Amino acid sequence: MPQVKEREGSGIVRGRGGGGNGGGNEPGGLEAFPVPTARLGLWIFMAVATVLFSALVSAYLVRMNLPDWKSLSEPGLLGLNTALLALASLFLQRAAWASRRYDLGATRRNLQLGGLLGFAFVAGQLLAWSQFQAMGYFLVSNPSASFFYLMTALHGLHLLGGLVAWGVVGSRVPPSALSVQLCTTYWHFLLLVWLVLYGLLLLT
Amino acid sequence: MAHSHPGYHDHHIGPEPQSWWTKYVFSQDHKVIAFQYVLTALFVGAVGMGLSWLMRLQLGFPGKVELINPTVYYQAVTQHGMIMVIYLLTALLLGGFGNFLVPLMLGARDMAFPFVNMLSFWAYFLSVVVLLASFFVPGGATGAGWTLYPPQSILKGTPGSDWGIILMLVSLLLFIVAATMGGLNYVTTVLQLRTKGMTLMRMPLAVWGIFVATVLALLAFPALFVGGVMLLLDRTVGSSFFLPAIVQFGQQLPREGGSPLLFQHLFWYFGHPEVYIVILPAMGIVSELIAVHSRKPIFGYPMMVLSIVVIGALSFIVWAHHMYTSGMNPYFGFLFAVTTLIVAIPSAVKVYNWVLTLWRGNIHLTTPMLFAIAFLNTFLIGGLTGLLLGNVIIDFPLQDTYFVVAHFHMVMGVAAIVAIFGGIYHWFPKATGRMMNETLGKVHFWITFVGTYAMFLPMHHIGLTGVPRRYFGFENLQFIPESVRDLNVFITVVALIVGAGQLVFAYNLVHSIFWGKKVGDNPWRAATLEWQTPTPPPHGNWGDQPPPPVYRWAYDYSVPGEKEDFIPQTRPQVTAGAGGGGE
Ligand code: HEM
Ligand SMILES: [Cu+2]
Repeated sequence: MPQVKEREGSGIVRGRGGGGNGGGNEPGGLEAFPVPTARLGLWIFMAVATVLFSALVSAYLVRMNLPDWKSLSEPGLLGLNTALLALASLFLQRAAWASRRYDLGATRRNLQLGGLLGFAFVAGQLLAWSQFQAMGYFLVSNPSASFFYLMTALHGLHLLGGLVAWGVVGSRVPPSALSVQLCTTYWHFLLLVWLVLYGLLLLT
Repeated sequence: MAHSHPGYHDHHIGPEPQSWWTKYVFSQDHKVIAFQYVLTALFVGAVGMGLSWLMRLQLGFPGKVELINPTVYYQAVTQHGMIMVIYLLTALLLGGFGNFLVPLMLGARDMAFPFVNMLSFWAYFLSVVVLLASFFVPGGATGAGWTLYPPQSILKGTPGSDWGIILMLVSLLLFIVAATMGGLNYVTTVLQLRTKGMTLMRMPLAVWGIFVATVLALLAFPALFVGGVMLLLDRTVGSSFFLPAIVQFGQQLPREGGSPLLFQHLFWYFGHPEVYIVILPAMGIVSELIAVHSRKPIFGYPMMVLSIVVIGALSFIVWAHHMYTSGMNPYFGFLFAVTTLIVAIPSAVKVYNWVLTLWRGNIHLTTPMLFAIAFLNTFLIGGLTGLLLGNVIIDFPLQDTYFVVAHFHMVMGVAAIVAIFGGIYHWFPKATGRMMNETLGKVHFWITFVGTYAMFLPMHHIGLTGVPRRYFGFENLQFIPESVRDLNVFITVVALIVGAGQLVFAYNLVHSIFWGKKVGDNPWRAATLEWQTPTPPPHGNWGDQPPPPVYRWAYDYSVPGEKEDFIPQTRPQVTAGAGGGGE
């Protein structure tokens, strides 16, 4: 019965010179913060993405107050998509938990479900676009519509990037526990970003 | 030099490359990536310099050169600015020096994510290709000014508004992707891959400068990314993020309501940190050069670190000083003027500490040292004119004149490029095992240094008489005195000479790679880690040895009672406390 790989860097606590996560500098060891290097990299990336979406939201708030702005009625499908994304997050969380127990079967199952729901979300967003167009909102009909497309597109691109990572993680046999957990963290982050964007769209 | 490392299994170092392709082209080795960045950046830099010649020819000898019409002139202005700030300085300092120095100075085997690091270079390379391609598309490159302000940047009538602006924006987006991938590496490597004993407060200042600059880049570039995408949409599909209702050529355009000011905010929220993205690594490099070549410990190391961090933090709350004349609430103007002027404090701290480091040092006037000293005084002068411009009321008449051009060329353009030159002369022997020629180096230095002052001091004067920047011709502006026209001729002649003088550098660089004088591992007798590696450092940096632990800070020069006038960071402390510490 295959097992999930040991958590890299024996995980959480890595004292000075612990060299965890294959820090690579063997006998002498390393000066490092007690967090796996890959996780730190992900956090930094999420910080960058946060700035990106904050800039987008600020631009939205500024542009919103100009006279030609028309409020949108969002397609109802977005609610369903939100639920899909939340479910994806949930399953990935279960995968992360399973990986902590070194339960390969459950890790795999939940990881796959989470990713598939991610794809479903992307498909749902595309469908929402076409509904939106049927309602007569095109990319240039009004700045609010332009923002809608821009926001969903940028968020969707981040999610697609996540799906590529998900594919890589899932294709490893067995997937490393750390990378499953990193996928999960990223999915939660994208869920949070989406909730903020969606909330903004609904409220204005 | 090919070393193999039997028995080393290392996650943070790509496999030892076997083929020519993986060794020199798609390499994951941080040093090779550094050289790729440096060479590409120097190449576009040469293009940028050629463009400045075109501008200067027009300004010095208006109408004399057939080739230069208003379109060409505006394209030259724009592309010169963009190339120099982004594709030369940012790329060379972070991608070049960052890649080369960070792992070597910290005792790491490579960057944290070597594969992403390789992607970073290739994204940068692609962005350069797209940028250069924009010169050859119908309508040519964009001539909107390096700030790309809408509406004019995307409307008909501006040079390059067909394809040039589109390629420009695409190239910028690619560059941002590249900078982000590189930045992730530098930050993570600094945080996680320092060798044992290399605490944060023992890191050389060059690493501190690069580190903080990278953090700025990661937090500033996304704003430009968003602005760039929105501008691209405005241009290509006709959305109206930035475009207000406009009547052009008697026709009402089908846009309304957009806010050009919004773009300015997004741009300068990036743009001001950008200038520190460039200057902080330069400051770090200069700190190294000054310590090594004056054989003195850096004065006030903790303050030096603190001031880097404070400058970095402040740079996010001053951006609107570029927009005093764009119209804003007077209280905002006041606020931004205050924050802007506060930046002077940490900057002054740095200058004092450099001077005190030099004070009574055993100063060797080597080429790197000369360039470091040049940095100190150009940065100082540019900083002082910055203080003038930081005051709203002084800025009003000076904004968009040659005074601003003189300010930022002194403080950013020249200061950064002399730091880069100094850095190249200094680390060349580590990278190649050979020295660059000192005599040629000094010739290059004096041409550049004297030339700089000859060009930019008069330019302050031109600005003070009110001559606006970004004008093709001044024939009918009566207020411009005859003396300004003479000065413009003078500046142009100097610019041609200084430009040609850079050939000395190019020749020296290429010649020395093959025929330079061979030297040992540590020709400058420097204390930092990179000089304790074999030369040139092999794949994995430390050969078959594990990276050495570090026992002291980076600046143990001229320690009393020592035989040698430097102590490498790798030498253990004998008696507790001796020579270690901060000051
Ligand atoms: C005490 C320090 C500084 C102050 C108070 C200062 C202030 C200013 C102000 C107020 C402007 C706007 C001028 C105008 O457009 O009317 C300006 C422009 C500029 N500054 Fe500085 N500055 C300082 C240092 C620097 C440094 C260190 C750099 C670069 C490394 C830099 C690069 C620039 C650039 C590139 C511009 C012009 C941008 C453009 O309009 O194209 N400045 N500075
Ligand atoms: Cu500024």
